[in-house]
Amino acid sequence: MSGQIAVQCEGVIKDFGSGSVKQRVLHGIDWQVPIGATTFLVGPSGCGKTTLISIIAGLLTPTAGSVRILDQDITKMRRSRVVKFRANRLGFIFQQFNLLPSLTAVENAAVSLVVQGSTLAAAKRQASVLLDRLGMEHNKFKYPNQLSGGQQQRVAIARALVHNPQIVISDEPTASLDAETGREVMELLGQVASAKDRAVIVVTHDNRIFPFADYIATMSDGRIDSFRKNST
Amino acid sequence: MFAIALKMLFHDRAKYLGLVLGVAFSTLLINQQLGIFIGLITRAGAVIVDVPQADIWVMDSGVKNLDTIFPLRDTELGRVRGVPGVDWAVPLYKSNVTIRTGNGELEASLLIGVDDSTLIGLPPEVVMGNIDDLRRPDAVAVSVDGFRKVWRNEPLSLGNIAELNDRRAVVVAILKDSPKFTSSITFFTRYSQALQYTNNGRNQMSFIVARSAPGMTPEEVSRNIVSRTGLQAMSAKDFRYKAIMYVVQNTGIPISIGTVVALGVLVGIAVVGLMFNLFVLENLKQFAVLKAIGTSNLRLIGMVFLQAAVVGFVGFSVGLFGATMFFETAGKSPTFQGFYLPWYVAAASGAVAATIIVLAALLAMRRVLFVDPAIVFRG
Repeated sequence: MSGQIAVQCEGVIKDFGSGSVKQRVLHGIDWQVPIGATTFLVGPSGCGKTTLISIIAGLLTPTAGSVRILDQDITKMRRSRVVKFRANRLGFIFQQFNLLPSLTAVENAAVSLVVQGSTLAAAKRQASVLLDRLGMEHNKFKYPNQLSGGQQQRVAIARALVHNPQIVISDEPTASLDAETGREVMELLGQVASAKDRAVIVVTHDNRIFPFADYIATMSDGRIDSFRKNST
Repeated sequence: MFAIALKMLFHDRAKYLGLVLGVAFSTLLINQQLGIFIGLITRAGAVIVDVPQADIWVMDSGVKNLDTIFPLRDTELGRVRGVPGVDWAVPLYKSNVTIRTGNGELEASLLIGVDDSTLIGLPPEVVMGNIDDLRRPDAVAVSVDGFRKVWRNEPLSLGNIAELNDRRAVVVAILKDSPKFTSSITFFTRYSQALQYTNNGRNQMSFIVARSAPGMTPEEVSRNIVSRTGLQAMSAKDFRYKAIMYVVQNTGIPISIGTVVALGVLVGIAVVGLMFNLFVLENLKQFAVLKAIGTSNLRLIGMVFLQAAVVGFVGFSVGLFGATMFFETAGKSPTFQGFYLPWYVAAASGAVAATIIVLAALLAMRRVLFVDPAIVFRG
């Protein structure tokens, strides 16, 4: 593991509901995600992976514990600062792509820059270059419903990286793709996302893509059972 | 972000069209109905408007409007003329007569008898002929719309002969008058001639119209007339207001038109509110994505309000254009003559459209504010 830490979770607990219907989903997670590596978070459905990355992304607040991202404790930040932090430092890739159907591929890729405050025109110019790198030069002006699953995920990758975030959080990026397209997407993600000053966190239970991981954390029942360097 | 908000709005064309039409329909209904309402009740005071020279109207103390008249004695005219502050006063006769049209049909018509010597009481705009010819025997003037109704398909012309209550009347002038509440056919003649058409004998003076002397207000002079004669007197402005209020308070017009306007507002709020809510609901995941990748609640609220404002502005413009076209087109028909779209009705409908949009946006905004951005991680 490199010396620098991208994400540091300490005693993270998350409960949903209260009283008799209270359910503990995370049981005191202690975890460190290194910078300059692709870290996979794996485990069966319902083990708490999505809840953990939602907390790391600042979308959910933990019941107890702290989460430091790039040396900043987001659990102690005001909500408005967390929102800004997300816009500037994090990139997201979702299982269902979650592209905006009313925007073209290049506009979708530009959204992260627009959220930061760029004009749509300037953001599109930047996004266009990235889409070219991702092999989307002929599909930039198509709408999501005119693109295949693999192409949509490339646009989603562009959206996650266009504003040059230091942490990329990817939730089941290959779950909606066939094996071949999934492998291509992971190769692309490895090429464009991997950088020595960036951490990539991939939540998955697709073991076909495990070879793309530098580190693998295994979760079950709201706990991280193991965290190891990937040898496959 | 606002460019993205607009692209989201225009992308679902059917829903966008539905939202715009909802606001447009509501705006059209409000403007059209209120325009008709104001045009209609304004007609209640049309006879008063057509005598612009007089600023005081005198009548029996029991008179409440222009249609329920109790005749005054001829001697009252002299008494009114003797009241301090009265510059001049002349008689005015008003009655309903039956007219036989060119094709033999009978129509109800209004007959206005004006002062024999001064002819005060005639509408000022002469379309054809010379009002001095009214001094000839059997001479009458007719309103433009009246002429067109009595002599259908004939061009405006003088010398046409009509039968007013079975008596001969020769058209010597055609006048442009204000549209009336009850009849679109109005004949004007001398006071003495009018009495012959109605065969009512003496003491048939409907009103005395008068002018206040320079330096005195019509209200002051009216008070003098009341105190000295015991008659009812008021300024032309007050009498017109009273005539209009009589219609408002004693007919079903305000309720029926008010109901339609209220329905317009309710349908507008319901349709636009629900559709906009549906629009936001369908785009909720998109808002959640934007929220997840770092869009603040304030900017999301701005996006929703921009979308609502665009819908409101376009819908209001379309509705107002429709209402304007209605009055522009229908205003040419005698039935709707004088109906128009007052600026304050348009402004009020704008306020209603804005209220509809703000309510719709507030309703939808709640969903956007409270949407959990973490849903983007759920398949």
